[in-house]
Amino acid sequence: METDLATRIAAHPTYQKLKATRSRLGWWLTGAMMLVYYGFIVLVAYFKPLMSTRIGEGVTTWGMPVGLFVIAFTIVITGIYVRRANDEFDRLSAELNKAVLK
Amino acid sequence: MITRNTLIALLLSAVGVAAYAAGADLGQAEKQATNWTAIGMFGVFVIFTLFITKWAAAKTKSTADFYTAGGGITGFQNGLAIAGDYMSAASFLGISAAVMASGFDGLIYSIGFLVGWPVVTFLLAERLRNLGKFTFADVAAFRFSQTPVRVFAASGTLVVVAFYLIAQMVGAGQLIKLLFGLEYWMAVVIVGALMMVYVLFGGMTATTWVQIIKAIMLLCGASFMAFMVMLHFGFSPEAMFAEAVKIKTAIATKGGKPAEEAAKIGFSIMGPGNFVKDPISTISFGMALMFGTAGLPHILMRFFTVPNAKEARKSVLWATTWIGYFYVLTFIIGFGAITYVLTNPSFLDAKGALLGGNNMAAIHLANAVGGNVFLGFISAVAFATILAVVAGLTLSGASAVSHDLYATVIKQGKADSASELRVSKITTVCLGIVAVVLGIAFEKQNIAFMVSLAFAIAASANFPVLLMSVLWKGCTTRGAVIGGFLGLLSSVALTVVSPAVWEATLGNPKGSALFPYTSPALFSMTIGFVGIWLFSVLDGSQRAAVDKAGFLAQQVRSETGIGAAGASGH
Repeated sequence: METDLATRIAAHPTYQKLKATRSRLGWWLTGAMMLVYYGFIVLVAYFKPLMSTRIGEGVTTWGMPVGLFVIAFTIVITGIYVRRANDEFDRLSAELNKAVLK
Repeated sequence: MITRNTLIALLLSAVGVAAYAAGADLGQAEKQATNWTAIGMFGVFVIFTLFITKWAAAKTKSTADFYTAGGGITGFQNGLAIAGDYMSAASFLGISAAVMASGFDGLIYSIGFLVGWPVVTFLLAERLRNLGKFTFADVAAFRFSQTPVRVFAASGTLVVVAFYLIAQMVGAGQLIKLLFGLEYWMAVVIVGALMMVYVLFGGMTATTWVQIIKAIMLLCGASFMAFMVMLHFGFSPEAMFAEAVKIKTAIATKGGKPAEEAAKIGFSIMGPGNFVKDPISTISFGMALMFGTAGLPHILMRFFTVPNAKEARKSVLWATTWIGYFYVLTFIIGFGAITYVLTNPSFLDAKGALLGGNNMAAIHLANAVGGNVFLGFISAVAFATILAVVAGLTLSGASAVSHDLYATVIKQGKADSASELRVSKITTVCLGIVAVVLGIAFEKQNIAFMVSLAFAIAASANFPVLLMSVLWKGCTTRGAVIGGFLGLLSSVALTVVSPAVWEATLGNPKGSALFPYTSPALFSMTIGFVGIWLFSVLDGSQRAAVDKAGFLAQQVRSETGIGAAGASGH
């Protein structure tokens, strides 16, 4: 890509918005994922009795729903990003494309 | 108060669990009776995949076809292929065996393999697609001096591929003894030969479709097993857990434990046990898994097979969904194995251990819920899994040599498509032969460390260079190359002096390992990142100015996809 075009795109407000929104969302979600995973590791490393506590009368422990939650969270958080990116970010990209390449 | 020796023993046992599930080491297996049903089913799979290869070969003409299937794979298909790369034979057999043996700990383990995917999605997937063409080096070297960065990226790729490949070959040899009742060397030769046929003639198209078919077969087979187990318990997890606890308690009682202790042992499968004994090892290993996923060359190359960033994102979402679903299935299968397999004398030896070892948990369960034909199907799928993963690994190794080393470094970007293609095919044959030779050489070795090492190297060398080159303006050629090599060398060196290699593989006395943790990633990743930062900051060369000046154009393209390599040839 010619530097001229790149400079023009970089100066465009739509590009600024796209870059800032995506970067903010990406890092927030990365942070959330790390918090959930390492939180889970801390729970199973330091709060073993809690994780082995029975939920009700049966043998099912709190560890089971917590573990399943981490799996579901991983899929859902990926879905949230992909949904927003495929909708909002691609729309901004297309707008930008139209604006600078006309 | 834990003594040093108990700590080491515990660490070793953690390494053991890690190794089983990591997709690598199936241990030394005993040869079983020849299973003709399984061999027949595998034969059908092979014939089917050879037809696909023939179809793919007609479409594979240019380098773009060979490396990236012409960019014509959809997000959904690619998601299945990525999931297929990840659902290796030993993650199927190993994780279900780990769940059977220790219940909840097996779940902790499998979760570690899943959590890297969102990170790949948020930080890398679409940027990779927008910047790269064939290999991840296209992205890492985008604005840098080509030769040094390509040499680094090719080294990173080949080292990761080599360790992963050896682990798969040895796994194949052990599996064939268990599943088909054939000799070790046969497996290594069969896998080596078929993999060469897929890659040589069908390139990425065949490799991807073989992987997709296998992924579907594995997901269907595992779903059926989990369904049958849940059906037996009226779809009540509580009923399944209760029965498993009862059986584990009965086994402990039979082993001579007093009633109270036996009940405690039985219930221990419902909560965290010995897996997380040492938080540093666990966190370090977790980092290797989380960030290593984003640095595995055979996974990264799959982002270039889809036409655009949107499909790249969709493929990770599908991959994450299938892999997450698969780990839920293996968890149910592991508990199913407790209730069906550990209670059935026909699956056990005189001492009450599983025939063929713990890794046979899922295989015996297949027999229990689906009879002999289904057993054959699952065995064939387990073996096909290795074949598909090995083909993907070889293709990514071959593209590193032909695209990064030959076309860019040796020919300075002036190689024509035909000669580049020829080099990648020659490399494929060489890699195939090397894999067979190493597979046979490592037959009796303890290779438990190899897959976790591959993840650690990917996290400490490939991932930092990729991330810093894409996101940090100040990163320079010198910083990326020196930092990347530091990450690579430190992860290998720390693994060599860790208990898994120093003691278990090299046979040094227990307690003599210099590095006490399971995985080097926490330390070697830090070394990699700090190395890149430090040597970039100190870099006052003219090249550094060029590198930094190139950042804006790179960033614009990575964010918008304007100017990105399209779906070439279609």
